[in-house]
Amino acid sequence: MASNAPTSQEYIQHHLTNLTYGQLPDGSWGIAHSPEEIKQMGFYAINLDTMIWSLGLGFVFLALFITAARHATAGVPGTLQNLCEMTVEFVETNIAQVFGSRPNALIGPLSLTILVWVFLMNLMDLIPVDFIPHAAALAGVPYFKVVATTDPNATLGMSIGVFILVLYYNFKIKGAKKFGAGLVTHPIPHWSMYWFNFILETVDMIAKPLSHGLRLFGNLYAGEMIFILIALLPFYAQWALSLPWAIFHILIIGLQAFVFMILTIVYLTQAHDTGEH
Amino acid sequence: MNINLTMLGQLIAFVMFVVFCMRYVWPPLTEMMRTRQKLIADGLENASRAEQQLLQANESAANELEAAKREAGELITQARSRANQIVDEAKDQAKEEAKRIIDGAQEAIDQEISRARESLRARVSDLAVEGAEKILAQSIDRTAHEAMLTKLSQEL
Repeated sequence: MASNAPTSQEYIQHHLTNLTYGQLPDGSWGIAHSPEEIKQMGFYAINLDTMIWSLGLGFVFLALFITAARHATAGVPGTLQNLCEMTVEFVETNIAQVFGSRPNALIGPLSLTILVWVFLMNLMDLIPVDFIPHAAALAGVPYFKVVATTDPNATLGMSIGVFILVLYYNFKIKGAKKFGAGLVTHPIPHWSMYWFNFILETVDMIAKPLSHGLRLFGNLYAGEMIFILIALLPFYAQWALSLPWAIFHILIIGLQAFVFMILTIVYLTQAHDTGEH
Repeated sequence: MNINLTMLGQLIAFVMFVVFCMRYVWPPLTEMMRTRQKLIADGLENASRAEQQLLQANESAANELEAAKREAGELITQARSRANQIVDEAKDQAKEEAKRIIDGAQEAIDQEISRARESLRARVSDLAVEGAEKILAQSIDRTAHEAMLTKLSQEL
């Protein structure tokens, strides 16, 4: 947090700014201390807070599940194993309903990783908005966003990963010829309209990863924004709004993680569907 | 809200986590869940089979009990009729024996009577002779009247 009492605008601005490492205006490399500096850094910069939190929570996910898998027993399971199995079974059920029983070694672990990782990153939204940024400010770190999924870099990074897989499976399952044909013969199957179809299908294809990533980002960003606005209220009134919003948010963070996973499964299913195109 | 290299970093992290999950999490957990499902399914099947067996065992036990009761009843009936038969036989034997004893006794009595009659007969002729001798006071010759005396004793 900035020195002295910040204005509301400064406060909001501060909470929405990432801790960014990149080339500073004077040519040296370091951490940006203002939104303007971040803007000047351009593409060749990295949001340290997003990376730290997402990597950290990813390792938490792996640690939990690998521990459970190591100590897994077919007999009576323990608490951790139960939790992990419930999650795995939930993912499996959803895959079975959407993707069907096609053999695919990737879609299960992919969906599980997305569900748990996104959920954990979303979960950080329930930590009171000032706790960690304020502690970081005291430690001399200018900005520190806790919720990685409120950074479009994080959500788009994942959705692009999924998009690459969608392209890969389109080529693998349908083959280049059929995939290309699908791009131009749909929705109007007449040669004179192929150029039009191609534009439509391309837009459709690019819209998928964009909407996929931005949906998660938008939901969490809006949720975070409301927490920040509530935090601007007098301290004695905050609980009246932040408590119901936090309770409601418990639903949102799980739901958004679930939606992100389901969309991933749906996109991969479409990439595998050969009959309709 | 700036798009920068973080996106690439996230993509790499994402791939890495998925690969780890694919290697170390998903296969052992799902395989183990299958194993447990099979265990439980087998257990349930065994339980239902055992129940079936118990039902059958109960049924056969009841059947055997029924059969045993029936047999016992038959045995008792047989024993009763056999006992009656034995009693009847014993009665018959006793009657026969009694008849035999009575017959024997009758025979003995008859023999005794005839013996007594024999001796009486001999005695009577003697007594008659003796009496007649006494009456006639030796006037009658024994040898002369032998024929008459024999006839007399035979009449007795």
